[in-house]
Amino acid sequence: MSFPWLSILFLFPIAASIVVALVPRSSALALPKLIAFGASLATLVFSAVIALKYDTAKGMQFTENHEWIKLFGAHYSLGLNGIGLTLVLLTTIVVPVVILASWNDGDEGRWSPHAFFAWMLFLEGLALGVFLATDVFLFYVLFEATLIPLYFLIGGYGGPDRARAAVKFLLYNLGGGLIMLAAVIGLYVVSAKSPGGPTYLLSDLQHMHLGTATGRWLFLGFFIAFAVKVPMFPVHTWLPGAAEQGTPGTSVLMVSILDKIGTFGMIRFCLGLFPEASHWATPVVVVLAIFTILYGGLMAIAQDSIPRLIAYTSVSHFSFIVLGIFVMNSQGQTGANLYMFNHGLSTAALFLVTGFLIKRRGSPLISSYGGVEKVAPVLAGLLLISGLSSLSLPGLSSFVSEFLVLVGSFVYSPWAAAFAVLGIVLAALYILLMYQRTMTGPTAEGVGDIKDLNAREITALAPVLLLIVVLGFFPKPLLSIINPAVHDTLAQVGSSDPAPKVGADSAASNPEAGQ
Amino acid sequence: MLVPMSAAPVVDPTSAHGAFTLLWLVIALPALGAVVLLLGGRRLDKFGHLIGTAMAVLSFVVSLILFITLLGRDSADRSVSQHLWTWFSAGHYKVEISLLYDQLSALFLLLITGVGSLIHVYSIGYMEHDERRRRFFGYLNLFVAAMLTLVLAGDYVGVFLGWEGVGLASYLLIGFWQHKTSAAVAAKKAFIVNRVGDIGLSLGAGLMFVTFGSTAFTVVSANAPHASKAALTAIGLLLLLAACGKSAQFPLQSWLLDAMEGPTPVSALIHAATMVTAGVYLIVRSNFIFTNAPDARTGVVIIGCITLMWGAIIGCAKDDIKKTLAGSTMSQIGYMILASGLGVVGYAFAIFHLLTHGFFKANMFLGAGSVMHGMDDDVDMRHYGALRKAMPITFATFAMGYLAIIGFPGFSGFWSKDKIIETALTENWVVGLCALLGAGITGFYMTRLMLMTYFTNKRWEKDVHPHESPKVMTYPLIALAALSVLGGVLLAGNWIVDWLSPVVGVPHESSPPIPSLAISALAVLVVAVGVATAWLLVGAQEVPRVAPEKVSVFTRAARADLYGDAFNEEILMRPGDRLIRDLDTFDRTAVDGFVNGIATSLTAIANRLRLAQTGYVRTYALSMLGGAAIVVLALLVVNL
Repeated sequence: MSFPWLSILFLFPIAASIVVALVPRSSALALPKLIAFGASLATLVFSAVIALKYDTAKGMQFTENHEWIKLFGAHYSLGLNGIGLTLVLLTTIVVPVVILASWNDGDEGRWSPHAFFAWMLFLEGLALGVFLATDVFLFYVLFEATLIPLYFLIGGYGGPDRARAAVKFLLYNLGGGLIMLAAVIGLYVVSAKSPGGPTYLLSDLQHMHLGTATGRWLFLGFFIAFAVKVPMFPVHTWLPGAAEQGTPGTSVLMVSILDKIGTFGMIRFCLGLFPEASHWATPVVVVLAIFTILYGGLMAIAQDSIPRLIAYTSVSHFSFIVLGIFVMNSQGQTGANLYMFNHGLSTAALFLVTGFLIKRRGSPLISSYGGVEKVAPVLAGLLLISGLSSLSLPGLSSFVSEFLVLVGSFVYSPWAAAFAVLGIVLAALYILLMYQRTMTGPTAEGVGDIKDLNAREITALAPVLLLIVVLGFFPKPLLSIINPAVHDTLAQVGSSDPAPKVGADSAASNPEAGQ
Repeated sequence: MLVPMSAAPVVDPTSAHGAFTLLWLVIALPALGAVVLLLGGRRLDKFGHLIGTAMAVLSFVVSLILFITLLGRDSADRSVSQHLWTWFSAGHYKVEISLLYDQLSALFLLLITGVGSLIHVYSIGYMEHDERRRRFFGYLNLFVAAMLTLVLAGDYVGVFLGWEGVGLASYLLIGFWQHKTSAAVAAKKAFIVNRVGDIGLSLGAGLMFVTFGSTAFTVVSANAPHASKAALTAIGLLLLLAACGKSAQFPLQSWLLDAMEGPTPVSALIHAATMVTAGVYLIVRSNFIFTNAPDARTGVVIIGCITLMWGAIIGCAKDDIKKTLAGSTMSQIGYMILASGLGVVGYAFAIFHLLTHGFFKANMFLGAGSVMHGMDDDVDMRHYGALRKAMPITFATFAMGYLAIIGFPGFSGFWSKDKIIETALTENWVVGLCALLGAGITGFYMTRLMLMTYFTNKRWEKDVHPHESPKVMTYPLIALAALSVLGGVLLAGNWIVDWLSPVVGVPHESSPPIPSLAISALAVLVVAVGVATAWLLVGAQEVPRVAPEKVSVFTRAARADLYGDAFNEEILMRPGDRLIRDLDTFDRTAVDGFVNGIATSLTAIANRLRLAQTGYVRTYALSMLGGAAIVVLALLVVNL
């Protein structure tokens, strides 16, 4: 048996979470935090080692496969491809940042800070498991399990209305999960009839013949669950509430990482298992995605609560990702995969820096701020960079991904691009309006004694912002992982890029460009 | 409406070697300056402005070395490219970070770093008492780096990088005094209006990729002649939309007047000499598209005509010296856009006017800043008057800019505007007349500005003691005044036309309907009428300290910027606000209510079934977790 890289990767944070939870309550308050931070850093280093060992020329690798529940055909099966690796890296980068940024946020919760950080690590482990699972049943179990730590993080450590928000979050996601469960059972029924007997292994299911109608029904089951997770209109209303009530760190974990399971799942399961149904659904999904881009953008402009605003920006940006996935070409999908990573960074930065602000003033409402730049220039500067990254300013990382999605949607249909592109104007509006109202103008009441960011807060944000800038100019490391994976996905769904209308030879003479 | 043109040249640069390997430094120097100044913190406050200025000057020196090297090359061999790295790739789409240095970008490099350096020097004095001067210089350096990226990029996406970079710098600098709400609002408006223009660049790039499989100048220019007319026209119009945003052309012009909230050196550098002319650069650079797309060019000419009149009319009614100059900038860029829309015969003249305008408008904006410096930052010309004696150098240098912009024979603006009027008349007499009439109005509003500021009666506020500005400010004025006078030398021996022809194509010979000399004489006559009118209406009378209320509808319209903002307010912002509010209500009630309704009814059902429930979701969740764990364990045991 080869070295179980992936099992260690996903079980280590879970093990660490148990250790953190068991630290005696009598010990110093910093101890569980230090252990959690150290464990998350160790996970980061470990994932970096895996990334270095990862061979971009090969598909699924570091695979582990053990029979688990023979009756269902379920396996404990893990594997890593380019799309998974991108999200694994995002997770392991964001979690230590969140822990450092949330250093004191667990102190005043319903339970101890031990539990706060333990749940965070537990969540990290489950999320990693989700991105690694190559068995549908295992994926489903982990997918549902992520709800538990998040429920406790929102319900235990958030704002005054946290209980309601947590229940709503749970109900929506359980509802989506239930629909997926039906589809998962459906898959079992289909695969049980196949010659090899029941199986949940992706590698088997991909080669199994599904009837057109069956495939479409199962596709819908998965798609709806993922659409709730993303979330898309009209099943998005749980997110703003949860983001408003959760601590900034919780919101980052929820929006930057866990919501990615939705778009990740669309690529791996909807496109991977049901290519025919995916093509069938494309027009509707594209329209819904474009609608959600604009709807989310307009809703973001309407918000007075900063976390709700950021949540709606995510609704809008996530639909860019969905759009990129479903236009079924290299530019769109490469953009979408890259966007998953970049959105994670920019949203993390936005939630954290506004979280620092809200903690200082005690109000999440834009209208209770004004002129903060004068008293806290560093905070204002970092908010501006985070915001500019969110509105996809060229030179910051989100631009490349958003631009590729737009190009990809143009390849799909000029109309799709023409409507989606309006999202960039809305993005400028919601970000700059928020910045103008909070940071500029005369100093508002109660703002005058706000202190600028301290060293810990700057240290937590610095790596994220640095990555945003570096990847804005040099996204190649990520693209070299993503491009071959997109190539594989498109091969699975049987899509190929159209040739340019004129001058095809000049583009065709560059076939290695895609690798 | 336009005659057929000869084929557009293909962008086919050779790889950089020798001195040209320094090309990246032109951008890297100011970029480094920006990073150091913005991250350096307070310890750099004392000498930060010197670092910033040094970076701009060094960049100018490198630009000069490159230019001289380029001059030494054969005219067919003046296109050089420096590949830096691959920015991104997806499928067959590949975007390189590579720089294109040719006759066109060479001129821009000199303009940006040259005028940029002078404005850096001037700002040392102008911003001396501002506690955030270091940051100001950081932003200026950022601007210069971004603007250089814009004109050096060899790919439309690279242009976009610079394009939004200058937009960011412009945003930061318009809102530099952001404790003033008006400045912050103006900054945001500029960015958002520009984003509307960016739609054009985004979609244009998308269409280019679909059509050519690339957005690199080399590929697009080589294949443009084979593309369908419809595609080329669409690309042209999308690029025009982008140009309208950045260059404040109708209908995206409204942000430029508000942008005057920025410190005056910013208005000179960004909102007069360089950034706002980026739209002209984009069109001329894309000559391989526009030359092949006559319909798109018709659109360009129309926009140019409308804006040149629009800006000029606004300029006539403003009492704010900076807004008068801003209206004028809008109008002068209208001339450039018009010229670029004329195609091969006009590209070179568009660039020629862009350069001379860069000199004389930067000169006058800095002059206005010098006046404000002496008048306690008052911008109202009704509070000026008779300043020529109090500020002799400012007056003298400003006068050079004035003579240049109205097209006084021999001054730089005379040569450049004359060429545009002549070409326009040759191509289409309606457009030509429009350009001619615009020249007359320019004569009027600029004379009005001169008279109200430097002549007429004293109308100073109490306790204002006008004084000449320090040398660090007047020396750049003198340099720019000299350029305003002499800039026409670029046309000597038809130099600029021949210089640019390898980039934009060789214009075919066509003679104007009436002799060139007659056109020049006519233009001078029209300007003289404008000047005389201003003298009669402003110079020969006492200027009131308060703007008269009883004025014609035309004056009122001009004062209200021809209702551009009112239109935006009524047609876009109010309905937009309402839409957003309604959507928010819809989201909170209908969408959320629907799902909540389902949840409520589910709860009602559950209540009936309730036996042992505690009602706490966490208990459910915990029991779920526990149950799942037991199931998993049991299955594991069974299967192991």
